[in-house]
Amino acid sequence: MSARQPVLKSRPGSAFDVARIRADFPILKLAPGGKPLVYLDNAASSQMPQQVIDRLVRYQTTQHANIHRAVHTLSEIATAEYEAARRKLARFINAREEREVIFTSGTTEAINLAMHGWGRKFIGAGDEIILTTLEHHSNIVPWQMLAEEKGAKIRVVPINDAGELLIDEYEKLFTARTKLVGVTHVSNALGSVNPVKQMIAFAHARGVPVLVDGAQAAPHMNVDVQDLDCDFYAFSGHKLCGPTGIGVLYGKAMLLERMQPFKGGGDMILSVTFEKTTYNVIPQKFEAGTPPIAAAIGLGAAVEYLSGIGMDAIAAHEHALLEYATAQLQRMPGVRLIGTAKEKAAVLSFALEGVHPHDVGTLLNQDGVAVRTGHHCAQPVMQRFKVPATSRASFAFYNTPAEVDALVAGIRNVQKVFS
Amino acid sequence: MADSKSLYQEVILDHNRKPRNYGELAQASHKAEGHNPLCGDHLSIALNLDGDHIAAIAFHGESCAICKASASMMTANVKGKTLQDAETLIQEFRDMATGQIDVEKQAHHLGRLTVFAGVRDLPTRVKCAILPWHTLHAALHSVADTSTESENDPMHAPLGDA
Repeated sequence: MSARQPVLKSRPGSAFDVARIRADFPILKLAPGGKPLVYLDNAASSQMPQQVIDRLVRYQTTQHANIHRAVHTLSEIATAEYEAARRKLARFINAREEREVIFTSGTTEAINLAMHGWGRKFIGAGDEIILTTLEHHSNIVPWQMLAEEKGAKIRVVPINDAGELLIDEYEKLFTARTKLVGVTHVSNALGSVNPVKQMIAFAHARGVPVLVDGAQAAPHMNVDVQDLDCDFYAFSGHKLCGPTGIGVLYGKAMLLERMQPFKGGGDMILSVTFEKTTYNVIPQKFEAGTPPIAAAIGLGAAVEYLSGIGMDAIAAHEHALLEYATAQLQRMPGVRLIGTAKEKAAVLSFALEGVHPHDVGTLLNQDGVAVRTGHHCAQPVMQRFKVPATSRASFAFYNTPAEVDALVAGIRNVQKVFS
Repeated sequence: MADSKSLYQEVILDHNRKPRNYGELAQASHKAEGHNPLCGDHLSIALNLDGDHIAAIAFHGESCAICKASASMMTANVKGKTLQDAETLIQEFRDMATGQIDVEKQAHHLGRLTVFAGVRDLPTRVKCAILPWHTLHAALHSVADTSTESENDPMHAPLGDA
């Protein structure tokens, strides 16, 4: 094996130094199974840099109180920090206004919020929702629940053998009854990057709003919701070097204002009597109850950290890793890459001839290599490729070519064990 | 995690490569289909009783090496045994896989099936090893379909996601 490792720091003036970045992540220094950790399960959840951990500790140590309520100083500090986090998130995705950023518990809740708040109000019997084969279950099941409740229909955009959406077919699915398009920006199972900007323009020309599942895109590329012109954009904090239990639903203010609240409770009201409740303005209308304040502030610190490195630099580094890994795996006999779209994020799904993905995962783990095995909550994708499951290596900006080599050596070992 | 190395022993790899009693059984008196919805694995077990003895047994399906080897070794072990002996093995195998008995220290009838003892340190793989036993239990009790996730099944053990 003599593939040249890519030179990843070759761009003049680039501040990207993967060794320095890795030093920020305490967990990457560990050996949880006795071998140095090669963490290639970033599409499931990314790791947290010390800067974010420190921010959580500082909040919890010196700034915690409930927000939007009391007049005391700590509550004012916590409120200001929570709202500052919202501002950072708005800037991160280039939202027009910070009130367009709704904190949720994650992508799943964000999509459920759009379904309950917008879908239940504006989608009725006989209406149609367009989804794609590449969706994660979290952008399928809520819409199925809605379709069942309302008697609406779901139409599905097919994919080709490379795992790319068939855009001609997408365009043919539109009818006078189409009320919404739900599309993932990046496929979690295959890494395909979908042409969402083009798809949104097509839908808008027919007056149809578009919800983009950005869970796998936000960590890996510059996301500009104004440039995309998406109506909703959902993503999770824990895939973005932030904490679990926090995520965002971005929505255009005009749409959010017309939406029903999803959860009722404190903080989402202006006044309550037993006769009538007047809802608060956005974003508070959708944030009933005490939110995960620490997690939101931690996520604010995480996007600040990522922006400090630069999303374009992150995308370039990950792309180089993807190309290097793809070239290696393509040359290995008995390895089948699943998902070979032209535009891909750093996700490598693969099948080993004669070896079940769970055995691959367990044996790679023995070498310290953490990958995901299973259906990736994307069973329609698995059905399309006629596999029950795949093994998936997914990269982050802190991964290195040496870790790709560890993956390749690990796969060789699996093949040896099963030979 | 230290035991994952010992899990892929030659005996398990051999049963995966050349599973015993693999295939269909004509005119089975008892049958069941087992599913692990968390990974999509499934296998069918069919058997014929002669009095209270398991006269013939066969399995087939799609699964990982741990599951297939477990099924293969299970069928080889229970063939010719009485129902009561089979039930004892089912219980002991499950207790071994879930760490409720220590096969090094406690008495058991598992013999070479102890090669699966290492799964107790791999919570996500316990169900792979147990699925065939779970399905055999269902077949013996005339439950046609079973799942590692069915709550009302006596073999159900909450073991986390596979």
